[in-house]
Amino acid sequence: MGKYLKRKIIIYLLTFFFAVTIDWVIPRFMPGDPIRTLLSRAAMRTEAMDLLYNYYNKVFSLDLPLWKQYVNFWVSLFKGDLGTSVYLFPSPVFEVIKRAVPYDILLLVPAILLSWIAGNKFGAFAARKKRLDNTILPIWYVITATPYMWLGILLAWVFGVVLGIFPISGAYSFSMSPSLSWEFIWDYLKHWILPFGSLFIVQLGGWAIGMRNMIIYELESEYSRYMEAMGAPAKLIRKYAFRNAVLPQITGLALQLGVIVAGALATEVVFSYPGIGYLLLQGILNGDYFLIQGCFLFIILGVLIANFFIDIIYVIVDPRVRRGMSGETA
Amino acid sequence: MKFRKSEILFFALRNTKLRIGVFIVALFAFLAIFGPYFAKYEPQDFAGPGYNPPSGEYWLGTTTFGRDVFSQFVYGLRSTFLVGFVGGSIATFIGLFVGFLSGYKGGLADELLMMFTNIVLVIPTMALLIILAAYLKYRGVFLESVFIGFTAWPWTARAVRSQTLSLKTREFVNLARITGMKPLKIIVVEILPNMLSYVFMVFILQFGGAILTAATLDFIGLGPTQGISLGLMMQQAVLWNAIQLGMWWWAVPPGIAITAIVGAMYFMNTGLDEVFNPKLREM
Repeated sequence: MGKYLKRKIIIYLLTFFFAVTIDWVIPRFMPGDPIRTLLSRAAMRTEAMDLLYNYYNKVFSLDLPLWKQYVNFWVSLFKGDLGTSVYLFPSPVFEVIKRAVPYDILLLVPAILLSWIAGNKFGAFAARKKRLDNTILPIWYVITATPYMWLGILLAWVFGVVLGIFPISGAYSFSMSPSLSWEFIWDYLKHWILPFGSLFIVQLGGWAIGMRNMIIYELESEYSRYMEAMGAPAKLIRKYAFRNAVLPQITGLALQLGVIVAGALATEVVFSYPGIGYLLLQGILNGDYFLIQGCFLFIILGVLIANFFIDIIYVIVDPRVRRGMSGETA
Repeated sequence: MKFRKSEILFFALRNTKLRIGVFIVALFAFLAIFGPYFAKYEPQDFAGPGYNPPSGEYWLGTTTFGRDVFSQFVYGLRSTFLVGFVGGSIATFIGLFVGFLSGYKGGLADELLMMFTNIVLVIPTMALLIILAAYLKYRGVFLESVFIGFTAWPWTARAVRSQTLSLKTREFVNLARITGMKPLKIIVVEILPNMLSYVFMVFILQFGGAILTAATLDFIGLGPTQGISLGLMMQQAVLWNAIQLGMWWWAVPPGIAITAIVGAMYFMNTGLDEVFNPKLREM
């Protein structure tokens, strides 16, 4: 177990190192000299000019040798200094992103967990019944092929415009300010349900297909056949099949995280939901490169942390890994 | 061998999922190839009055600025297929290359390659693409496909590696090694043909995946700076409040096309699985 986790942690640390390096390398070595573009852009806003110029001098300090620039980049990173946002001048990028993160977490965590659980249940349930399986499988495939933002657009159009039940823009009404009153929570939930719905539904299809395939595979396996031959009740066999089938689904969750996060980014754009995805779009549209770089780092950090949690859960759930019996490759 | 081929063809033609999938993809491919010849306007032309719902003159209506949605749609379809083909091919090729090398060589090369694969696997593809695309001033559809191909390969590499590991120990591979065949030749002549069906299925999945990734990338504002794509259409529709204004003809068709194409690809994949894998056939 220790070995398994240690291996994973090394991978994650390397990944983080790799990601930060990319974040540093790309603005410096990309053709077209993005830094010069940045400076000329900054010159258009006088009040931003001084601050930005200082920052560039500090972070990019192009007269220093490359390795020193690189070290400086890490140092300012550990101080939480990600630069100043041009789009929301003069807020520091770190602050801007910090304000957005809670919205992402409250949207993503429930959507991921609930769709994973529901998808597994539905998938396992449908796999047992051939008629049901044949009718519902095509639906799963269509759902999982749907781009997140398009489902968002559809939901927004149907529930927001045609039926007019739910608001389709922002995380709460303009007239409100975030507080812990019932009124605000109710308002928040009404804004939350459609983005949540589009994330939940698209993922559901993928999990259901995965579970269905795994269950069919497990029910065909030797141990199921053996139990069947021994006269074990079907319910018991299915229980064991489900337990074994869930393991690859946990690994699948780790692998899918990146895709889900990308989907969430796009969904937030549809609903002008003030998470990182919406920030990112604003950063891109306004040429706010610090904001883009900051979002990049936060997304990767989030995915790494989530991966780590999934690993711990995997260790708890799979006794083979827990007792160090299988060399489950990292 | 000849018998086997005709047998596969027999099951392929009989497989409903495969037939439906191929039909839908072919339908959209047809639209992508010939649609632009039927379109009366260029995708960025001002074709007429804005806010027009679909009509005989504007088959899918017009945008806020009076651009013809149908023209944008068929040209966008072309980009979609280009991204799928180029991105899917590159991702499949790199995945195969890394997977074969790592699985067949083993040892240190395997360790290092898998380490690298796992790192790229954990980094969200989209984040990587965002940082790459954000700093490029001019982006074309082709470049976008290349980027997608270069970031989408890790899962393929891992899957191919594990298949290679199991094929490597088979007798015919040992035999080839004893006769002094070069590793590269063994991979191409002995191992690859045994995985051809699998490789084909991987390509289909990568094709669909590249289309979805490109749509998302376009949608968050990092699509091609020139030309049109289905993702761009959706982005513009959302940015210009097409939903609030009830202009469904602008926002909905691009998504239908993407969903239908990618869904049909998954369908083909399941169908092919049944064709190649006799155990699954009767289901």
